[in-house]
Amino acid sequence: MTTQLYQIGTYAAGNRLLDPDDRTEQSRDDRTNAITSGHRACRGCGEALAARVVLDSAMRAAGGRMVTVNATGCLEVFSTPYPESAWQVPWLHSLFGNAAAVASGVAASLRATGRDDIRVVCQAGDGGTVDIGMGCLSGMFERNDDVLFVCYDNQGYMNTGVQRSGATPPAASTATTRPVGTSVGNAFGTGKSLPLIAMAHEIPYVATATVADLHDLEAKVVKAMGMHGARYLHVLVPCPLGWGTASAETIRQARLATQCGLFPVFEAERGVVTATTAIRHRIPVEDYLRPQKRFAHLFRSDGRADVVAALQDRADRYIARFGLAEPTEPSEPIEEESS
Amino acid sequence: MKLPYAVTLGPGTSTVDHTGAWRTERPVYQSLTAPCGHACPAGEDVRTWLYQAESGGDGYEAAWRSIMAVNPFPAITGRVCYHPCETACNRGQLDEAVGINSVERFLGDRALELGWTVSVTAPPTGQRVLVIGAGPAGLSAAYHLTLLGHEVVVRDSAPHAGGMMRYGIPRYRLPREVLDAEVDRLLALGVTLELDHPVSDVAAARAEGWDAVVLAVGAQLGRRTYLPAASAAKMVDAVSFLHGLEEGERPLLGRRVAVYGGGDTAIDAARTAKRLGASDAVIVYRRTRDRMPAHDDELTQAQEEGVEFHWLSTIDRVEADGLVVEQMELDAEGFPQPTGRTERLAADSLVLALGQDTDLSLLGGDSGVATTKGSIDTDRMLATSQPGVFAGGDVIDGERSVTAAIGHGRRLAEAIDDWLAGRVAAPLPDVALAPYEALTTWYYEDAPRSHRPRLELARRRTSFDEVLQGLDADTALFEARRCLSCGSCFGCDNCYALCPDNAVVKLGMPGEYAIDLDYCKGCGICVEECPAGAIAMFPEET
Repeated sequence: MTTQLYQIGTYAAGNRLLDPDDRTEQSRDDRTNAITSGHRACRGCGEALAARVVLDSAMRAAGGRMVTVNATGCLEVFSTPYPESAWQVPWLHSLFGNAAAVASGVAASLRATGRDDIRVVCQAGDGGTVDIGMGCLSGMFERNDDVLFVCYDNQGYMNTGVQRSGATPPAASTATTRPVGTSVGNAFGTGKSLPLIAMAHEIPYVATATVADLHDLEAKVVKAMGMHGARYLHVLVPCPLGWGTASAETIRQARLATQCGLFPVFEAERGVVTATTAIRHRIPVEDYLRPQKRFAHLFRSDGRADVVAALQDRADRYIARFGLAEPTEPSEPIEEESS
Repeated sequence: MKLPYAVTLGPGTSTVDHTGAWRTERPVYQSLTAPCGHACPAGEDVRTWLYQAESGGDGYEAAWRSIMAVNPFPAITGRVCYHPCETACNRGQLDEAVGINSVERFLGDRALELGWTVSVTAPPTGQRVLVIGAGPAGLSAAYHLTLLGHEVVVRDSAPHAGGMMRYGIPRYRLPREVLDAEVDRLLALGVTLELDHPVSDVAAARAEGWDAVVLAVGAQLGRRTYLPAASAAKMVDAVSFLHGLEEGERPLLGRRVAVYGGGDTAIDAARTAKRLGASDAVIVYRRTRDRMPAHDDELTQAQEEGVEFHWLSTIDRVEADGLVVEQMELDAEGFPQPTGRTERLAADSLVLALGQDTDLSLLGGDSGVATTKGSIDTDRMLATSQPGVFAGGDVIDGERSVTAAIGHGRRLAEAIDDWLAGRVAAPLPDVALAPYEALTTWYYEDAPRSHRPRLELARRRTSFDEVLQGLDADTALFEARRCLSCGSCFGCDNCYALCPDNAVVKLGMPGEYAIDLDYCKGCGICVEECPAGAIAMFPEET
């Protein structure tokens, strides 16, 4: 029996017993620290953390030769209040809706000037991705431009006052989907899954991840950076402000989202799902929803068990569809000692 | 710097914004006491030595040295300790407690195999201490006193050192070569051992000119009870039975042996009788299994070996060919009450295992050492009422076990060292235990416990070979790495990696971090995601 790292395995960011190359980029002393201290993200912001995780890994993979393009959104607003910037990487901002087009242009110009060893990463929130920027993004996909597009999905327009986006989940209360009268919050049957839309373009690589699993998120960034053409990474980033959760609970909420099945974590290449991350400790959706104030109306005395059941049904369908109940790589059973 | 048209401010960095000003609570690194070490009667810092052992290789020796700082007998306690550490272990609430005892044994055996030892580095104090009793308490006291630079003589009435470790614990639980090796290593530090040297008068011994005297003679007298018995009835007490066996006697107990009592000694006696050839070994106990003071592991192993149990039974009288046993029932308070119903239990002999008492005759009439109910009175420093005379182990009131006695030995040495130097003893530290709820168990890998293999039953019924086998190196390492490191940072970097504000600074050494309060917004993610509960939030002053 070969002894492995049983204490924490690779769940935590680092592990003194693990080969340094197998620790996360984020545990390294010399990480790029792409977005540094002093930015004005809310306390406990999942997006600020995810942006650092993604770009630090991308910088490592690109050998430091990388340009980032940013759509308008929380990430842009809190990182660059004039005249300051929190960015430690080359960074370009234009408009809300055109980030993918700008990134395509940056990639084209680098290619035209013979500098296509410099990689391009484009980032946007869910508003700039699934709603406002979708036309440009779809174009980037269909032209297979050499850009990694990263969506930090906090499921709404948060810095403008928590309005609904196309990525807001059903039943969530936002400034524009209040549960008043017969409304249960955001309507069921609306919204869209950008990862599935991206897959429909049959681009080289599509993946989902969350800020709760650094090893998985970083591995997907590295994998994407090792490929060329249009690649899409969709990262769930809980928002304490918009979700109404405690600032300390950000990572935990992202973890619960994956463990209840509402946020499937998977990879796809050329339109085909190639890997899924199995649920480790399955929980009912209620465990994930209840701590969030945006779902509080479902759990009041006049709450809506039927709506919770509908969300559970949604989670169950994802679990079946993506095979989240079965691990893709079954772990080795531990051998019993015998006398 | 010339600024472009319509631009009035030069480029700046966000680090001029001290966003730490938003904070209402601050995270503070802390080290809580782990439940395992807190529960250890010997005072071992279990979490620390498991941490050292987790590295494997050189870590094993470092771990062994950490144990040796308090306990001179890791290979012995790794076998006979009832491991209250594992009972307290937080991992028991997750899946199953870490096999601390088996790792300790692995380290102890490895030390014996590789000849690791410790040495005395303290300068000689010139002070001489007499230790009466070469059991775990006396030997542990001698060990620590020697390490502190004192000259120690240990006297014992028996022909071999070890006390109850030799004359009470059967060989199938503690092989004598292990006992001898650990005792020899201790004696090699320069402890003088005077065997076959009973001390019958403490006052006279004290008058020989010792700077301090330790009373650690144990509880060697088997407690008797009055039972109407026929003259042919064969009765023996368990302590004498086990002691005699160690001195080479082969008591003739017959084929059917009854044992009266419910403690570990009763089980030792019954299992020993089986090994000596008894076809039936029956334990008669007046209460139920769950109220039995014997430890569950021992009880289970006894049952595996065919020892039978008569619960809720007392012995009414002993006849030539057996016992008359009265059935009991528990009353509302859980105390056994007689029912008047009796039955016969065939038995050729009866072993009494009803507890043990200390032979206090050595105190004499004028030693000035006060006693209560057969135990020597001591204060927090384990000092008796007679200045310069200290006592520990089974002679004082409290838990009686090898491990507790080893802990007494260390405390005795510290107290005597303080007393000889005229120092006031250090106050007991406040203890903040790490609760299970403080852990974020998501980060620990699912790792079911590995149990020590046991000798096959056929050999257990016929020989005194050791029952519990050791773990191999890989499995011991696996067990050590199941430790959750409750309340203590183990350098996983989660706080550093998961801070959205880059406000956790690595100080260099693994596991050393600081919070940059200029930028920490006090979100609490580091606290929530710390696997070990080694960070806590405290309100900022307003």
